[in-house]
Amino acid sequence: MQELVNIFVRAIFIENMVFAYFLGMCSYLAVSQTVKTSLGLGAAVIFVLGITVPINYLLENFVLAEGALTWLGPQYANVDLSFLTFIMFIAVIASMVQLVEMVVEKFSPALYSSLGIFLPLIAVNCSILGGSLFMQERSYGNITEASVFGLGSGVGFFIAIVALAAIREKIRYSNVPGPMRGLGITFVITGLMGIAFMSFMGIKL
Amino acid sequence: MSTETIEKKKESEPLFSKKNRKLLKDPLNDDNPITVQVLGICSALAITVQLKPAVVMSLSVVFVMAAGNIIISLLRNMIPQRVRIIVMLTVIAALVILVDQVLKAYLFDVSKQLSVFIGLIITNCIIMGRFEAFAMGNGVWKSFLDGVGNAAGYGVILILVSVFREFFGTGTLWGYSLIPDSWYMANGGFYSDNGMMLLPPMALITVALIIWVQRANNRKLIEEN
Repeated sequence: MQELVNIFVRAIFIENMVFAYFLGMCSYLAVSQTVKTSLGLGAAVIFVLGITVPINYLLENFVLAEGALTWLGPQYANVDLSFLTFIMFIAVIASMVQLVEMVVEKFSPALYSSLGIFLPLIAVNCSILGGSLFMQERSYGNITEASVFGLGSGVGFFIAIVALAAIREKIRYSNVPGPMRGLGITFVITGLMGIAFMSFMGIKL
Repeated sequence: MSTETIEKKKESEPLFSKKNRKLLKDPLNDDNPITVQVLGICSALAITVQLKPAVVMSLSVVFVMAAGNIIISLLRNMIPQRVRIIVMLTVIAALVILVDQVLKAYLFDVSKQLSVFIGLIITNCIIMGRFEAFAMGNGVWKSFLDGVGNAAGYGVILILVSVFREFFGTGTLWGYSLIPDSWYMANGGFYSDNGMMLLPPMALITVALIIWVQRANNRKLIEEN
């Protein structure tokens, strides 16, 4: 149990998707205009990461890795499909995103129209593929650990995007130099937040 | 019928008409994918520590974007709306595997340096974004120009950022040392590399400075807040 809490906390603060690895920046920057839309996108990312990481974990351990097909029979023990990793992971992610898109369109048209082009872009949100690849690289022991890691990464992204959106809502009242308004100042804010989050690095629970 | 008339109109247009040149030129400045459209930021941050990988990455993206835009544009009337993301990702993934294999065959050292990031072209939102916004609704030639233009705009920013970061971070450019050894503090000089430039947050701040310069020169890009 303590191990799970450890993975969760590490994924949120120490190995934060946005601040420690700078993954998923595109949607992070583009959909952080208001807290409301950023809440929607953050929730969608938690959902997609929480689903795709365990599915890709199963895929990795029962299909793709070397010798993973042994459960089919002893003659498959030498099959190594790991060169298919990228395309299999991205296929799972894309189909999950399509599912989320349909569900959101059906049940929350307002959110759907406000997320616009960026909902399909979750599929190419590097943090989603990054989550699956980190899961593979760190070789978590079982599916519970992988799911907890996926959820933690999603929560980390959620915190980052909501915090940025809150700062951007306030900065509207500040007198930023003209050319820096909008995107420029957002980059600087993210850079400063990134430097702040770097202080979490190296902490072990 | 309707597509036929569009095709005819397009054919009568000169190959490099004003409108087509605009497609190629706009992404370099007015409609830059990174600084204006906010696409493809992740790799801009990740691989700009040195110049060489940034150049190879830019060329790979030019190839993937141009070829991908052509393929998607040819297929655009056949792709069902509901499954378009999967179709696009399959096209991108196939092209990226192609790039990866070519790099492995002819530029093995760079390929080794870039390995993870070549894979990350799949999730580079600039490609998906242009597929969605342009290639799904335009003809082949226009999509090709749009792809080349946007990838070039992306490459320009990538190269600019990596020049800054490599020069100030390690004092080299394309691996060649530009700062004389005697300048360094270790050898009794006055100069020291700014190791901060190698950290990811400084990539963000460098891009912010580029945006500042660009928008100060091009005031119609300035945002409301």
